[in-house]
Amino acid sequence: MADIRKLVRLLNELDEELVCCTRCGMCQAACPLYGETGRETDVARGKLVLVENLSKEILDNPEAVKERLDRCLLCGSCEAACPSGVKILDIFLKARAIITGYLGLSPVKKAVFRGFLSNPERFDRLLRWMARFQGPFSKQIDETLGSSCARFMSPVIGDRHYLPLAKTAWHKQAHRQFKQPEKKGPKIAFYPGCLIDKVLPRVGDAAMRVFDHHQVDVFVADQVPCCGIPALAAGDRQTFEQLVKKNIRIFESAHFDYLITPCATCTATIKKLWPLMTEDFPAALREKVLAISEKTRDINEFLVDVINIQPIEDQSFPEKRVTYHDPCHLKKSLGIFSQPRAVLSALPDWEFVEMREADRCCGMGGSFNLQHYDISRKIGQKKSSRIIESGADAVATGCPACMMQITDLLSHAGRGIAVKHPVELYAEALDKTGEAEAAAHTPASEAKTK
Amino acid sequence: MPNKHLIKEFEKQVGRQNIMAEEADRQAYAYDSAVLDAVVPALVIRPTTTEQLGQTVRLCHQHGLPLTVRGSGTNLSGGTIPSSAESVVIVTNALADIIEINAEDMYGVVQPGVITANFAAAAAEKNLFYPPDPGSQTVSTIGGNVAENAGGLRGLKYGVTKDYVMGIEFFDAAGELVKSGSRTVKCATGFNLTDLMVGSEGLLGVYSQITLKLIPPPKAQQAMMAVFDSVDKASETVSAIIASQIIPCTLEFLDNFTIRTVEDFRQAGLPVDAEALLLIEVDGHPAAVEDDAAQIKELCTRQGATKIQMAQSAAEKDLIWQARRDALPALARLKPTTVLEDATVPRSKIPEMVKRINEIGKKYHITIGTFGHAGDGNLHPTILTDKRNHEEFSRVEQAIDEIFETALSFGGTLSGEHGIGLAKSKYLENETSRGTILYSRRLKKALDPKNILNPGKMIGEG
Repeated sequence: MADIRKLVRLLNELDEELVCCTRCGMCQAACPLYGETGRETDVARGKLVLVENLSKEILDNPEAVKERLDRCLLCGSCEAACPSGVKILDIFLKARAIITGYLGLSPVKKAVFRGFLSNPERFDRLLRWMARFQGPFSKQIDETLGSSCARFMSPVIGDRHYLPLAKTAWHKQAHRQFKQPEKKGPKIAFYPGCLIDKVLPRVGDAAMRVFDHHQVDVFVADQVPCCGIPALAAGDRQTFEQLVKKNIRIFESAHFDYLITPCATCTATIKKLWPLMTEDFPAALREKVLAISEKTRDINEFLVDVINIQPIEDQSFPEKRVTYHDPCHLKKSLGIFSQPRAVLSALPDWEFVEMREADRCCGMGGSFNLQHYDISRKIGQKKSSRIIESGADAVATGCPACMMQITDLLSHAGRGIAVKHPVELYAEALDKTGEAEAAAHTPASEAKTK
Repeated sequence: MPNKHLIKEFEKQVGRQNIMAEEADRQAYAYDSAVLDAVVPALVIRPTTTEQLGQTVRLCHQHGLPLTVRGSGTNLSGGTIPSSAESVVIVTNALADIIEINAEDMYGVVQPGVITANFAAAAAEKNLFYPPDPGSQTVSTIGGNVAENAGGLRGLKYGVTKDYVMGIEFFDAAGELVKSGSRTVKCATGFNLTDLMVGSEGLLGVYSQITLKLIPPPKAQQAMMAVFDSVDKASETVSAIIASQIIPCTLEFLDNFTIRTVEDFRQAGLPVDAEALLLIEVDGHPAAVEDDAAQIKELCTRQGATKIQMAQSAAEKDLIWQARRDALPALARLKPTTVLEDATVPRSKIPEMVKRINEIGKKYHITIGTFGHAGDGNLHPTILTDKRNHEEFSRVEQAIDEIFETALSFGGTLSGEHGIGLAKSKYLENETSRGTILYSRRLKKALDPKNILNPGKMIGEG
């Protein structure tokens, strides 16, 4: 699409949403990026104005608008705080897709999204290859966190402290079919998401231990196509749609009660963005998208609201403290904030403490961190100070992307604070108290199936 | 747009990273929260030090460039919309240091870009209280609050921003630093320039530092909600409370349309049949609070309140104030465009004013929800419309004219707390006099002979 009139026409389809912004500016208090830069084009109000001006041909520079639209964490803090209820994220994602459709995808993104992301097998092979070679180039830097840094100066990695790639993708060894008669709990399809599959397989393992304990019958596919959010965020609607279709093909044949993910961003993408961005799909396919989206649950939500887990009783006094960081895509996008806290409060060894501003964005924002590391880190440093001042020995959060960012931050701070997924801590507690005893508190027959 | 040479000069003074010259950036500083047309400025400058701020003003003066100072751009009367396409917008949000909070002498010193709520929180940490609480306090800047003489919910008992400004340092139109006021309670030194600067809407100087009075926080509060089956009874109750010499810190009013809209939005169990709600809070010494609350309860009953609910816990108190906080967001969601007015009348005229606003809504077939600060007569008739519908919007404009006419006929004022800006400058003479406008223009001309400080606002072009 190189026709500017088409660009204008497509953007004008956003008018009904755009017009709802009253320019009250309350988003300025919510936006973590604006909090650092103070620039109007970094906050939702300014961005909405630019999209509207482009659609009204008051501004004729799509490149400039795209550049500014891309400076956004897509954390949704503005939308959650918007007095007028403007669907800001919908507008941003659609506008990114429309403008990228007009300008075309950058060669690098094209190579990454179309070459690898949209092709899960090739993506897995690339990962295996990269995992083999990362050893000589990195050195472990923090034992508690398991973080590494580059051994040599690297323009891509810079000063990041990162979690090394898994040797093989988690699903390669974890994939399984339903075992039907033996399990009494609900039947679920487990979708780990790319980051847990490829960087944090320990969270996938923990989830399986928890499912086993609660007699949940689990299906893990032998392929994990990405949920599509990186492509969609970059405006690559084609790759996004391909990935949605690949996932649908995997899940349409299985019969399950819920699709469970331990990744806040995947959950939000499947629940909110799949329905939003597939309106043009053929009716039959669209129905499948909606059905799967409807069945999707965050793992904390599932454990608390469906399985109804209870506090694990133990005589010992909790010696360690754990705090919780609200991933934007759980709290602000899906309204899930009490369930992860309920999981943490169920742990006998850990005392739960709140940090201040627990729902302030960590600054990761997916590829935002890659493109704007300095700002991402500045935003993150506020988060790490809050974690440190809470006095916690560990910080839990329900999103692998937040886990990576917080690992980087805490590794730099060198305070020996661990970063965990709530499910990891819950699995550890189950292991410790022993199957027999813990099972007595939550018989699977009490678990609701729907 | 200024030529490259001039931009270079600005760059030299304030640094390249603090200047926005690209069109896409400039378009993001063309508006504020008022429902008015955007004006794209020529240049946007975001000084990070007081020196840079002064340099910017001096350069504008030297080159005769009009300038508009902007904090967070939440102005509801258009005061921060650039005056013209030649304007330089000076953004103050990088000047956001709280320089001092002095618990002993009970004052605070801030740069103009400090966010109101941040300042109040910093004061609270030292067990001090900064009462002005405009609705936009989580984003608004102290500089903006001072320039507009912003109010808030606590105006009745605690006053408004002007009651807390002890001193202002500012750059005059030529960029010369002027110091006014003091850190002392008393100050009889020179002209009272501080009060002249408060509410001057950016026409007389560019603030660089503001000294604010702080007070001890109240030790106890009691919130309550009273339900009425007529607006008259509710506003008679307001008068009765004041007449009995009780001054609540907050005394808010919601009309039936607002009540129903808030209830649709939140489902908190508000009485949707009620014609009016009064949300009342008293604060002070615990014993006095208890007495006052009991007396108000009795007054409400005597005036015919159908139900009175006293907050028994922090959660119940929060529920009461949630209804008030929800008023604007709930109304704003009904239609794309929200025009929030702040015509203010003497308290005793509230029943008549509410009645007239409803009649005006009917006459022009437009939707108006009314809520606001009943205790000080500062109502917020909120018009819900769609600015894309030009025919309807012209009816809205006629209705606004009539609302102001009515407020003035009751001895009221055009603006309780939003300022005059562009939106209300055409009515200013109706409230004051020709002489007032001319006097103000002469004052402006004397202090700003090149007419570069936010020209065209409030008193029009002289």
